[in-house]
Amino acid sequence: MWACMDYFGNRQKLLLSLLHFQLGYDSLLSVLNKAGVTTDSNEQGLLKGLAANDRKAIETIYRVHYSMIQTLVINNNGTSDDARDIFQEAIIVLYEKAKSGSFELHAQLKTYIYAVSRRLWLKKLVQSQRFSGDLANAPETIATEDDVEIYEHRTEDFELMERALLNLGEPCKELLESYYLRKKNMSEIAKEFGYTNADNAKNQKYKCLMRLKKIFFGHYNNSL
Amino acid sequence: MEERLILESIERYIRGEMLPEERKFFEDLRKSNPGIDQMVVEHTVFLNLIEKYGNRKNVKSTLQDVHNELFETGQIKQSKETKVVRLWLKYRKVVAVAASIAGITALAISGLTSYYTPRVPNTRLENLDRKISMLANGQKNIIDKINKTTQVKVPVEPDFKRGGTGFMVDPKGYLVTNAHVIGNSTVVIVQNNKGQEFTAKIVYVSPNSDLAFLKIVDSEFKASTVLPYAISKGNIELGEAIFTLGYPRDEIVYGEGYLSAKTGYSGDTLACQIAIAANPGNSGGPVIDKTGEVIGVLSNKLSQAQGEVFALRSKNIFSALEEMKADTSLATIRPTQVSNVKNLDRVQQIKKIQDFIYLVKSY
Repeated sequence: MWACMDYFGNRQKLLLSLLHFQLGYDSLLSVLNKAGVTTDSNEQGLLKGLAANDRKAIETIYRVHYSMIQTLVINNNGTSDDARDIFQEAIIVLYEKAKSGSFELHAQLKTYIYAVSRRLWLKKLVQSQRFSGDLANAPETIATEDDVEIYEHRTEDFELMERALLNLGEPCKELLESYYLRKKNMSEIAKEFGYTNADNAKNQKYKCLMRLKKIFFGHYNNSL
Repeated sequence: MEERLILESIERYIRGEMLPEERKFFEDLRKSNPGIDQMVVEHTVFLNLIEKYGNRKNVKSTLQDVHNELFETGQIKQSKETKVVRLWLKYRKVVAVAASIAGITALAISGLTSYYTPRVPNTRLENLDRKISMLANGQKNIIDKINKTTQVKVPVEPDFKRGGTGFMVDPKGYLVTNAHVIGNSTVVIVQNNKGQEFTAKIVYVSPNSDLAFLKIVDSEFKASTVLPYAISKGNIELGEAIFTLGYPRDEIVYGEGYLSAKTGYSGDTLACQIAIAANPGNSGGPVIDKTGEVIGVLSNKLSQAQGEVFALRSKNIFSALEEMKADTSLATIRPTQVSNVKNLDRVQQIKKIQDFIYLVKSY
């Protein structure tokens, strides 16, 4: 049912966007928003699934919205690889908002993804000086500036952590990831890594953790 | 060891794994010991960050998995745009700019070229001899010749090539006309205003002054004793009223005007400019002032402009006669120098003058 509705909506929008090209598409979206089209329960369900890193939900979002972003990026000086990166970044923005719990989507999922992707792609174009001006002239449908800013801030943290873990080297990286990311308990880890007991493993984990924190906060405080 | 235990406690505290009593104890310790408090804050931040790192990493890998899977199963497709289209999308701006520059350059070059090209005057002098009726007359004459066997004075070809006007400068039968009316013809027939035709001989052609002298050598011709008009040697005045008689068609046509400049086309001092209605066929006609003196020989006009007609000054007739005397041993021509029609009105003047104006047909 949902897919059916969406298909119908897509078709209509596609037809209209053929008439209005990109600007028309934007204005159509904003009209839809002003008309008070809010997220239906299906989309709320999808968001919940996304927040829980549910593969099914992510697949659905991907299937429905990817081609829209691909068209947007490719029509504005991008490649399909750029499109993939931009779409995935937009989904991560959405994910982190959904994860925070305080998130209420006041627009359609489609609108939100489109607006975030547009902003992200615009930034990338400006950075790589491929900027053409077309995209900036398109009116913004919903404000996503704050969301994107938060996302970028978090991306810095993410990259910092990634680098710190890489610097840490094995087996510390694996050990800490097993404990903190995969949430394994210490006796499991001790078995896996071949420590004689959990206490040895805890000792090792402590040493690794202290090194990681040292590396991470060394850069983190610098970057602040 | 000590620090490890403290850190483990902190982790348990942050995760909320402590029992209420232990938690209370730890909170008191935190309050009393700023070092531990600092560690708690720092570790909270760290755990939060590593949690987020993990989450994002997981979602990223899920997204990448989903992307690959959907692509492999064909549920989402690579954009259908071909390489050419992508290149076009990428470079269309550049192409547009290049095209405009090329266009502007082309315009600029053609503009400059036309600006610096020396202007070829498109106003050319057009001789007023009559070639127009040539074809029509030619056909008519051929038909006439076939139909009639009457002996005409036309020798071989009945169609004349050029036509113009000539006027008598000496009553013995000497006519003057423009050299371009004669062209390089050898046979000339002249016709008076009554339609009588006479054979004429080309006496002298002065291509420099564009004048030619003819002599009527026909037995039917009766020479008169005196010409009603004179050939002027004197000066001309701007605004002088003038008139002309000529044969732009087979009938004699009168035209009047005024002298508009003392020089001819591009400052030619041998000629003068007159404002008069002139048509092909008027060439060779006399330009006569109100006292009945011929002041010039109508010769050409500007092809592009209306009413700019040029006449050779009558002085040229005398200089051409001088030339002729030096060149040939022919009988001298004595142009009349006294006008007989000085005090007559225009109609009377024309009546007297018109008999001495001939249609010149050259073959």
